[in-house]
Amino acid sequence: MGAPFLLLAAAWEAVALAGVFPPKLFPPLETIFSTLAELAIDGVLWAHTEGTLLRLVLGFLLAAAVGVILGILMGRFQVVEDVFLPAVSFAYPIPGLAYAPLFVLWFGLGDMPAILLVGMASCFVIIINAWKGVKAVKPLWLRAAGVMGANERQMFWKVILPAALPYILTGLRLGLAQAWRILVVVEMLTAVEHGLGWMIFGAQEFLNTDVMLSGILVIGLVGLLLEKQVFERLERYTVVRWGMLTA
Amino acid sequence: MKAALLSRSFWRGAAGLLFLLALWEIFARSELFTQALTPPLTSIAKVAWRITLDGSLPQNAAYTLARVLIGLSLACLVGIPIGMLMGRFRAAERFFLPLVSVFMPIPSLAWVPLFILWFGIGDVTTLLVVGYAATFPVIYNTWTGVRAVNPLWVRSALSMGAGQRQLFRSVVLPGASPYVFTGVRLAFGRAWIAVIGGEMLANPAAGLGRAIFDAREFLDSEVMLASIIAIGVVGLGFERVVFQSIENRTIARWGMVSAAGAR
Repeated sequence: MGAPFLLLAAAWEAVALAGVFPPKLFPPLETIFSTLAELAIDGVLWAHTEGTLLRLVLGFLLAAAVGVILGILMGRFQVVEDVFLPAVSFAYPIPGLAYAPLFVLWFGLGDMPAILLVGMASCFVIIINAWKGVKAVKPLWLRAAGVMGANERQMFWKVILPAALPYILTGLRLGLAQAWRILVVVEMLTAVEHGLGWMIFGAQEFLNTDVMLSGILVIGLVGLLLEKQVFERLERYTVVRWGMLTA
Repeated sequence: MKAALLSRSFWRGAAGLLFLLALWEIFARSELFTQALTPPLTSIAKVAWRITLDGSLPQNAAYTLARVLIGLSLACLVGIPIGMLMGRFRAAERFFLPLVSVFMPIPSLAWVPLFILWFGIGDVTTLLVVGYAATFPVIYNTWTGVRAVNPLWVRSALSMGAGQRQLFRSVVLPGASPYVFTGVRLAFGRAWIAVIGGEMLANPAAGLGRAIFDAREFLDSEVMLASIIAIGVVGLGFERVVFQSIENRTIARWGMVSAAGAR
């Protein structure tokens, strides 16, 4: 497990120490790690990480709320589907990033456009999946519940929601991954106060390659944790437990 | 019967879209925001028409698409061999898998500032970022595809006396192809996002992302919206037309996926 990283590290170190590139641009590992430690002890790193995570969570929650509700409504009511499906399927393939300059014009620089952009980039995949999930509920279950006298509310909570949940969770998972992929750039483009993307972007001005690499390292770590800890757990605790998917 | 149903849902969809567009038009004309920021559809259409005629929109689109395709080819060149090796040989898997799972969650665009320092502003940085974004889905899917090749086929080919090379060419490659293809398709989507960010941050020459970014300076929201729409149209069109026809011609014809041929 560790061997590939050791090899990569050794290669990096060899290139850095050989002086092929200026050390300012290609710092050896000990510089990177001491910078990382310095930033961590300073608290700068945490402030940036916190900013990024907060923005990710807020943008994602926005997307999840809008996406799941709209998706379920689209799946349940024909009118809603008619109005929104064409627009959603047109907007879905447009990278959310393309709107960044426009959002900066509309909402100014800072957190507001960043959160909205992240939300916008991740909501379409959530909408589409929630809609598909509701559409995929077995009609037999709906009819059976109806025959046994379930009202609209019971039908929703006991039949539709659990049955659509695997799709919804897939959507949320894809949405969060999407949000994560563009958040870093969005921070660069909207000049937020604290954020890992902004930290990397700012360090470029001063040729602080070690700061940039530290930032990328932390970004990779957060991404890995999100994937392994948040999603896999979420899936295990809900759908698998309810027997909608086999683990 | 089916055609009638299809056209009914088509008309409903069209009506829905018109409704939303009308909402935007009312909102834009109400001057709630100034029209410079939220232009009405008519002026977006006018500007879109103008920049199409003077060639700047098609040219930008061509640049963007070319960058995506070059980046995607790079990704295939790197990704497919690595994925194949990982799927075929345990040692390769043990070496590459940890690296892939660590580098995959890093958004490609996070590398842009660093690449700018290393390679300067321009096409090299943009292409590398696009390639980075596209490589991982290709590797991952190729690897999965090779492992998903029915072991029975491999054993029967071997027992019928196929060499490693023949085995690879006639069994593993076609067997893994649907997965590889899905990977490339996925990679196209990623590359399409990365190219926009790459152009905005690191490319002074033409491109749709650049056009949007530059239009901000002049408060030219019509150009921005027209370019955003162009991004959607080109991306979707390319994905539907090109990938679908490649799929029909290759893996569907080889009988690896049934659905694609039936449609």
